[in-house]
Amino acid sequence: MKIIAKTGNEAMAEAMRQINPDVCAAYPITPATEVMQIFAGFVNDGLVKTELMMVESEHSAMSACMGATAAGARTMTSTSSQGLAFMYEMLYIAAGYRLPIVIAEVNRALSGPINIHCDHGDTMGARDTGWIQLFSENAQEAYDNLIQAIRIAEHPDVQLPAWTSTDGFIISHGMENMEVYPDEAVQKFIKEFQPSFTLLNNQQPLTVGAADLQDFYFEHRRAAAEGMRHAKRVIQEIGREFGQTFGRSYGLFDTLELDDAEVALVAMGSTAGTARMAVKNLRQRGVKAGLLKLRVFRPFPAEELAQALKHVPNVAVMDRSDGFNAQSAPLATELKTAFFDAGLKPKVIDYIYGLGGRDIHFTELEQIMEKTLQAPEPGDLDSRVVYWGVRE
Amino acid sequence: MLNLKQLASKEKVGLAGGHRACAGCGFPQIISMIFGQSPAPVVSGCSTGCMEIATTIYPFTAWRGNFMHSAFENSAATISGIETAYRALKKQGRLPADENLNFVALGGDGGTYDIGFQALSGAMERGHNMLYVCYNNEAYMNTGVQRSSATPQGGHTTTSPAGKVIPGKTQYPKDLTGIMAAHSIPYVAQGSVGYHIDLMRKADKAFSIEGPKFMNVYTPCRLGWGSDPAKTMEIARLAVDTCMWPLYEVVDGQWKLTRKVREKKGITEFYKTQNRFRHLLKPENDEFVKEIQAEVDRRWHVLLSKCGEGA
Repeated sequence: MKIIAKTGNEAMAEAMRQINPDVCAAYPITPATEVMQIFAGFVNDGLVKTELMMVESEHSAMSACMGATAAGARTMTSTSSQGLAFMYEMLYIAAGYRLPIVIAEVNRALSGPINIHCDHGDTMGARDTGWIQLFSENAQEAYDNLIQAIRIAEHPDVQLPAWTSTDGFIISHGMENMEVYPDEAVQKFIKEFQPSFTLLNNQQPLTVGAADLQDFYFEHRRAAAEGMRHAKRVIQEIGREFGQTFGRSYGLFDTLELDDAEVALVAMGSTAGTARMAVKNLRQRGVKAGLLKLRVFRPFPAEELAQALKHVPNVAVMDRSDGFNAQSAPLATELKTAFFDAGLKPKVIDYIYGLGGRDIHFTELEQIMEKTLQAPEPGDLDSRVVYWGVRE
Repeated sequence: MLNLKQLASKEKVGLAGGHRACAGCGFPQIISMIFGQSPAPVVSGCSTGCMEIATTIYPFTAWRGNFMHSAFENSAATISGIETAYRALKKQGRLPADENLNFVALGGDGGTYDIGFQALSGAMERGHNMLYVCYNNEAYMNTGVQRSSATPQGGHTTTSPAGKVIPGKTQYPKDLTGIMAAHSIPYVAQGSVGYHIDLMRKADKAFSIEGPKFMNVYTPCRLGWGSDPAKTMEIARLAVDTCMWPLYEVVDGQWKLTRKVREKKGITEFYKTQNRFRHLLKPENDEFVKEIQAEVDRRWHVLLSKCGEGA
């Protein structure tokens, strides 16, 4: 077992070196820049076979990735925030064309005003683009998720692009001990890319991206939606296989002390790591607190989440973005839908926190869980949403 | 270079019959004449627009070779990605070593001069082995004739209408071919669908050169221009003969006029063939037309000087 200290960006660049994609097209943006910067070193030192395209914008990066994937090449890129926003138009098309591109995404707040630090507003803004979305708690998971994302996206029952989400600076620039697997083992795990079509076979000419009108568009979008439904099963299968191969299994989410919990914290990304300490401290004080760390945001595991939380009367949802829907932020909104469909009505309070990189301390998460436990059943919308840690 | 007769007998390339382009539209001819000169099969793509709509409505396609469309502003970026995948897979021995492919990105003037300009510049700068062909009909025709930066001064479009106060587009067209020459790529050319020998010779030369190539090809749009579809070729030649659209090429930085205009016609000769300029023929616009003629003359003389030709 090889344990080394790496930042999240270094870990993702290392995964990319081991994945050894055929083509990468990218554009620099803080805090994801480093991923491609390190990877460019691998390319120029001859450590990978990849053709690297450093293009003139993220829009062109995604366009080039789409062209390369349609030509039969395994293709990856990395971006953050405004970069993902600039790709937005192409994100939909990549998913609609069933191109299994993988992005190492580093979460950063979206501008207005500009901010370079972590929140999940960038990927949440693109949550319905048809991409599989995996959140990582730390550098190890960023590395593991990126390797698995290749298999998930390319799976014949899925055939959809995927990104791995990593908290900007907190994970991307924070250094941690992590395990790196042997190159051959990673190669064996991801297997050879078997594209379902290619634009480079002149014997079988193909038109990709025909105009699709009232008579076929709906069927094609429906088929892509089915790929996303299959992804839920495939993600779990690949997560188990990953565990058998490398010793770390992955599912749709992870839980801590949830079995007898009276209050559960639902979180994604690095905050889940912070929450482990908070749950431990509360348990020591006799508070029955538990954690549900959501790994897979797309597909959204609604039934599984409701099942896992069905016995928990108090739920604190940690949303690191705001959907501006004047109701609740994205994670809480979807989780409440999951509860409704399962016939459950726990007390759910949505905590919108950490926007623009505002820190969250484990003592704050302890307070959040205690407050959720003690709060009366919210009578109106205002008491269901708490902007945590903001000066008002 | 293959002549028209050889082109006609060549194994079918480019577009199949039955596509939905209008009668009198120039781009199908441009595709035939350019793709026909490629010694290797062509993988192509185009930006969103008339060409994409007229050739690809699912479940049909008019493209005989591999083709990809995805959006408006990214034809150059998309083809550059395909070309890069080709190099990557070829290098790894995953494609037949003895088979070559050529890569062509296509776009109208809107997709090239305006919204796709950055992607075009980037792809050319990166040095991909690809040819970009702009089919320039001087406005956004697919959305219903809106002005682009290629629209000539005084031209009527729905967003630069010939009004009571402002007589059409007030600005001069962008010199995109010159801008592409400034990228110092190995081959840049300006052609017209009306001068087919010149156009095919340029395509032949472009395919013989390794690296990024750019061709700006002029073609009338009978709907957008209000012109007679039977006169598409004639009008496309008139643009050249009035020096509004000179034919030239820039090979490794050397400018060369490929059609000398011995008897230069006045721009009003060109205007008379199209409704979009009808208002400019009224006496109240005489001064405006003189200004435009002066600018056409100035640009022509600048070009002659770049090409080492006497004025």
